[in-house]
Amino acid sequence: MSADYARGLQASRAEETTTPDTWRVRIVLALGPATVAAGVVWAIVQPWRLTLLHPHGQGLWWLIAEPPLYVVVVGLLFRYLVAPGLVADLRESEER
Amino acid sequence: MILAGIEPRAEFVHWMFATGFLVLGLALVAEAVVGPEVWGRRPWRRYLWPGTCFLMGLLMWPVMALYTNSMIHMVAHGSWAQVLMLCGAAELGVVRGKLHSQYWRLTSFFALLVSGTAILVHEQNGWFFARAAFLHHTLGWTAIVASVFPLVQAFRPRAVVAAYGFATTFVVMAVLLYCDRDIAPIFGHFSAWAGVPHR
Repeated sequence: MSADYARGLQASRAEETTTPDTWRVRIVLALGPATVAAGVVWAIVQPWRLTLLHPHGQGLWWLIAEPPLYVVVVGLLFRYLVAPGLVADLRESEER
Repeated sequence: MILAGIEPRAEFVHWMFATGFLVLGLALVAEAVVGPEVWGRRPWRRYLWPGTCFLMGLLMWPVMALYTNSMIHMVAHGSWAQVLMLCGAAELGVVRGKLHSQYWRLTSFFALLVSGTAILVHEQNGWFFARAAFLHHTLGWTAIVASVFPLVQAFRPRAVVAAYGFATTFVVMAVLLYCDRDIAPIFGHFSAWAGVPHR
């Protein structure tokens, strides 16, 4: 690896790590965790909504219907499936 | 009788649709934050909200056919199925490039207006009859008032406030649907005619 190329690579990496995230990037990255947090808080405030915590004697629908978990799953899916690509595209468009 | 035994409570179906509305809401909030150009850079993202909307319309048909318990409920659920599919299909046509006019956004305005009206018309009880009645009134008026956002977007597609308002509408509707309990008190009020409350 040539010294010039290595220096350039080092500089671009340093720039990547030091470039502050814009408010748009921060919001996109926060949407998923905020949704997950909302689901977790809901589960703590109303634990009886999670019948999986006390499954004995519950019917099929009561075991399927776990709304706080639905919220957590949506937040996780957004964070890991939607946010990374969206943030990459957003950073690319902001660098132009 | 067997069907009644496996039939989910109304609130279970509402919670599942609430999850669909939450997906729509997050996608639309993200699109409003980053802007339509960045959002549209990956083709699958462009299809996310109209596709989800169309799918929810499709799934509303079995709800209408199997889980409604009166004619007025059936008509209301049928109207939601139709407008969700109409709105989703129009937006799918726009992102696919088959439809070009910005005025196709009027289908979202129409969908919210019809949905809100159907919610209000099919709720026969007053606001404080029970929690479900309160939420139906709130949902109905939320949808009707929020229909102004896609109306504005149809004429001013780059209106930021309208984009955030449209996105927030779906998050609010998700929260309201998640709050649903078919037989439960609301703010301490509960009609003697509502039935036996449960958690």
